[in-house]
Amino acid sequence: MSQSLYERIGGEAAVNAAVDIFYRKVLADERINRFFEGVDMEKQAAKQKGFLTFAFGGPHHYTGKDMRQGHARLVKQGLNDSHFDAVMENLAATLQELNVPQNLIAEMAAIAESTRNDVLGR
Amino acid sequence: MPHIRFEHRTYALGDNESVLDGLTRHGVSVPSSCRSGICQTCIMRAVQGTPPPASQASIKESLRARNFFLACACKPTEDLEVALPGNDDIPLTAAEVIGKDALNHDITRLRLRTQPGLVYRAGQFVNLHHDEVVRSYSLASVPQTEDFIELHVQRIAHGRLSGWLHDECTVGTTLSLQGPLGDCYYSKSDVNQALLLIGTGSGLAPLWGIARDALAQGHSGPIHLFHGSRTAAGLYLMDALQALAQRHPNFQYTACVSGGGTQGDYRLGRANEIALADYPQLKGWQVFLCGNADMVKTTKKKAFLAGAALKDIHADPFEFSATPSTEQHHTEQDHGLSCTPLAAQRALSLTQRSRAAD
Ligand SMILES: Cc1cc2nc3c(=O)[nH]c(=O)nc-3n(C[C@H](O)[C@H](O)[C@H](O)COP(=O)(O)OP(=O)(O)OC[C@H]3O[C@@H](n4cnc5c(N)ncnc54)[C@H](O)[C@@H]3O)c2cc1C
Ligand code: HEM
Ligand code: FES
Repeated sequence: MSQSLYERIGGEAAVNAAVDIFYRKVLADERINRFFEGVDMEKQAAKQKGFLTFAFGGPHHYTGKDMRQGHARLVKQGLNDSHFDAVMENLAATLQELNVPQNLIAEMAAIAESTRNDVLGR
Repeated sequence: MPHIRFEHRTYALGDNESVLDGLTRHGVSVPSSCRSGICQTCIMRAVQGTPPPASQASIKESLRARNFFLACACKPTEDLEVALPGNDDIPLTAAEVIGKDALNHDITRLRLRTQPGLVYRAGQFVNLHHDEVVRSYSLASVPQTEDFIELHVQRIAHGRLSGWLHDECTVGTTLSLQGPLGDCYYSKSDVNQALLLIGTGSGLAPLWGIARDALAQGHSGPIHLFHGSRTAAGLYLMDALQALAQRHPNFQYTACVSGGGTQGDYRLGRANEIALADYPQLKGWQVFLCGNADMVKTTKKKAFLAGAALKDIHADPFEFSATPSTEQHHTEQDHGLSCTPLAAQRALSLTQRSRAAD
């Protein structure tokens, strides 16, 4: 039986390796960092881990409704397609930095992309 | 809205309110100090119900397994029945003051003899208990080479415990302490790693311990300690730090004065800004940040953006709260009458904090 995407990419260890890199990119990205200005960096990093586990096709308990609710506060603050694109860019750049093969990057991008309407509350 | 049951009474929590804020608002006396999930003074146990993970993240595994949690970090989504810890849960150790001297005009050094067997690492902290006030102080001593524990206490205007420690406590006084706590200490994972230590005020205490601990354990990578103060008079242990740098070529010490002044044995500017300008690339470094809470938080983020891994950044913000509740509500359960509105407390705490930011 073929392994899941999550397994092929390296499971939790891969997510852990990606969290710091992804979070650093997001905090440094002037287009979107205002959404991530958490008071507590550890808590914010834990949330990035939730995001990455999801995008890596890993075990998670998020539904479309959760995505909607989870980002509703941000939509009120003006979250739109351009911000979504920026997150997609940072995700791809993180994976490239970790030398993830291009076909796996594409699979992950597709998972993240599938949430666009829920994240943007449409 | 979740309800909290405590000593046979039930209290409703407000929207997004912590168990600590909710109980103290109702006049229940719960010890607290930092009110930001660091000092562990407000530890309680859930007798019924499950506390949220965030309220248990920083406590010892053995306490977590028994449903202990930090009340100031606990915003439950379900009802909880809670209890204060018993004396056996949070053991207090007696410690006798064996030395007391001034490090500068407002920082006192205390040396304490504890019962043998206190296992700790330089840079951790203890909670001192005195007269119902509990405050955290960092450990500046190195257990391998020193048979006392050392604290550096900065005098805070109208400060209850720091004032008492400066003015009343003398050699021979017996103190009651809890700990060690916290994970801001040197771990010998890679002796070649570069270490950056930044502290302001008595934030030098843990760093003085951590630097000497690392050197005593044979750390061979570069260690650079930056100590900041607003005035030159606020610097201390300069001779000892310079002597340490003489003895250890891989140790470097830079004193910084942010409030202006004439040039001396120090650089002009804020310690954190000078340090990050000297080292704009921190990939692979271990970073220790102690003292003023705003300095610690800003620098933590900057160090992370400069490439340090989150797990390699150890931070001890010396958090305090404007009106710690314990000492304010001596009358328990006088419903509704006793409290300063929380919003006002918060606002006060914020203005004081920004004023305190050096
Ligand atoms: C993990 C940790 C480690 C710590 N280590 C040390 C240490 O090694 N050495 C040390 O000296 N302190 C340290 N502190 C701070 C210490 O715990 C107390 O907060 C401090 O001594 C003040 O207590 P107090 O009872 O004297 O003042 P309080 O009676 O609590 O406060 C009196 C008034 O001063 C205000 N205030 C309190 N602290 C400050 C401040 N820093 N700046 C401006 N206003 C303030 C309060 O809001 C209040 O209005 C540490 C704190 C933490 C959380
Ligand atoms: C690309 C698709 C996206 C997915 C799959 C996704 C997924 C998630 C998940 C799973 C969480 C919850 C983490 C947790 O609480 O454990 C979360 C939280 C969050 N997301 Fe997203 N997200 C996406 C896009 C975005 C975008 C575009 C932004 C803003 C630019 C954003 C900002 C945030 C923030 C700030 C939080 C934390 C919210 C809080 O404070 O609780 N997300 N996201
Ligand atoms: S941890 Fe709650 S008051 Fe300090």
